[in-house]
Amino acid sequence: MGATIVEKIFSRKCGSDIRAGEVVMTPIDGAMIHDITGPLAIQKFHEMGGEHVFDPKRVIMLFDHQIPADSLEAAKIHQYMRTFAAEQGIHNYDINEGVCHQVVLEKGRAAPGEIMVGADSHTCMYGAVGAFATGIGSTDMGFALKFGALYFKVPETIRVEVSGRFQKCVGAKDLILAIAADIGADGATYQAIEFTGKTIEKLDMAGRMTCCNMAIEMGAKAGIVPPDKVTWEYMKGRRKMKPFDLASDDDATFAEKRTYNVADLEPQVAVPHNVDQGVPVSKVAGTHIDQVFIGSCTNGRYEDLKEAAEVLGKKKFHAGTRVLIIPASRDEYLKALENGLVERFVKAGALVEAPCCGPCMGGSFGLLAPGEVCLSTSNRNFKGRQGSTEAFVYLCSAATAAASAMKGEITDPREV
Amino acid sequence: MSAKKTSTVKTMIVDLYPRTKNMRVWKFGDNIDTDAIIPGRFLTINNPDELAKHAFEGTRDEFAKRVKDGDVIIGGKNFGCGSSREHAPLALLGGGVHVVLAKSFARIFFRNAINVGVLPVVCHDTDKIADGAKITLDLKKGYAEVDGKKLAIEPVLPFMQGIIDAGGLVEYARNLKEVPVCTKSRR
Ligand code: SF4
Repeated sequence: MGATIVEKIFSRKCGSDIRAGEVVMTPIDGAMIHDITGPLAIQKFHEMGGEHVFDPKRVIMLFDHQIPADSLEAAKIHQYMRTFAAEQGIHNYDINEGVCHQVVLEKGRAAPGEIMVGADSHTCMYGAVGAFATGIGSTDMGFALKFGALYFKVPETIRVEVSGRFQKCVGAKDLILAIAADIGADGATYQAIEFTGKTIEKLDMAGRMTCCNMAIEMGAKAGIVPPDKVTWEYMKGRRKMKPFDLASDDDATFAEKRTYNVADLEPQVAVPHNVDQGVPVSKVAGTHIDQVFIGSCTNGRYEDLKEAAEVLGKKKFHAGTRVLIIPASRDEYLKALENGLVERFVKAGALVEAPCCGPCMGGSFGLLAPGEVCLSTSNRNFKGRQGSTEAFVYLCSAATAAASAMKGEITDPREV
Repeated sequence: MSAKKTSTVKTMIVDLYPRTKNMRVWKFGDNIDTDAIIPGRFLTINNPDELAKHAFEGTRDEFAKRVKDGDVIIGGKNFGCGSSREHAPLALLGGGVHVVLAKSFARIFFRNAINVGVLPVVCHDTDKIADGAKITLDLKKGYAEVDGKKLAIEPVLPFMQGIIDAGGLVEYARNLKEVPVCTKSRR
């Protein structure tokens, strides 16, 4: 009987046949910590009697949630982590590079077939390059830092097969919001979601990242796209490795198979306060918005910024709308800068900030007051996530965000 | 797994989580996310007692003020969804909550809770438990008792038992120099 891509990754790693449902202490290829969950992980590592991390070269450290240090507490946390990195010989990307998940992929720190953990729920984004990657808590991370291994219950896989060609101004974010609405916020708990089909094969790396990033919003342990030409092209210059085959066998046992066709898919908007509340944009068009946030690990890449800029054209953002644009990383920022996007956004009335998480999880700047409405390209619209618990967050693509920012209300990007 | 081993493990769970009698219920609904349990702006805090002062801030303010040691949280589906922040179970622990009963748990929260010493218990009948009720858990026999009614609870997943046996992941790991990798255990 065949195996799923996830079963194959675990089997490769351990050199024996491993199947979904089995619990295995598995060596990991990399571990990522940032300024929110890192300190507790380091503390746990010490409490566990840890002296040296398993391999400093496989530990990825950076600060992205509260940067530049926006409070004395944040400054102390950064200082604590810098000291740890120096003692352990870990390369620290510090505050310079951007949002953790984007940086891990850009720097080639995750690769096809690898097993990665991160002390952050959206670690599942590394599945975009065909890695098995999952978010863990700080105690699990303390363990992983000490031993370079962790217990995994190998998940079953839901295979999602996507076909059809996107309409203009519709893309990966709309697809994943529609899938989340269909599967539900807990529909994939303890499972992996494999994205396949013609549409996914044609999707660029940015779009694959968006899809895998949001696997957790359905409760999934991992999201994964089987590595193909697009993947190996992306890995070039990032990691020296020879392409190899890695895909689920057709006769593998899947928890479920789902098929979607995107030909008629409208731009989607997830309404407050759950990610699985996705509706076609036409249902909520006209809703007044106070703030628009284009950024985050979900949709803060150059491709997203370009999509927004194309919708914007030479026009201006609505005078009554605060528009915050935050590229996901320094590389993405530079691309936007070199191609004139930053200038265009600033001239149109936006604030363009240096790469970081920004208001995505409400820990830093750009927060919402009671009663305010934000349209955001990030991945979560939970109550209180971007500030007041009486504020409202809607989720959408960069195209929809840009179109809406121009009119001051939720707007179908196909209509501007 | 032999019957004998199972029963030892269950006894140990009972020992580890002694506060299971007459627990006051704080009732919550479906999809309680980690942003509700502890909002992002408090994540620079790592101390459970300090975190507890902000638990459910903005969504249920009286919780932090009135929660007492030995209280229990009752949730619906997908309790603890969202971020990987361990601050969430820590904030509950700081408030004295040692047990959460829910129809289902989000994966990372479930693991984090066990790792920090909050017992997540699956009970499909949490709709029958009212806010403010008093509930008693019998982990050995596998039921929760509320207003004289017995509701079935699921046993803790076997693969978590080694960790629970040791008294949490920190204790489990403390005395180990290395771990045997690629060894399977049962489902
Ligand atoms: S951008 Fe948002 S979702 Fe991504 S890592 Fe930062 S806070 Fe988390």
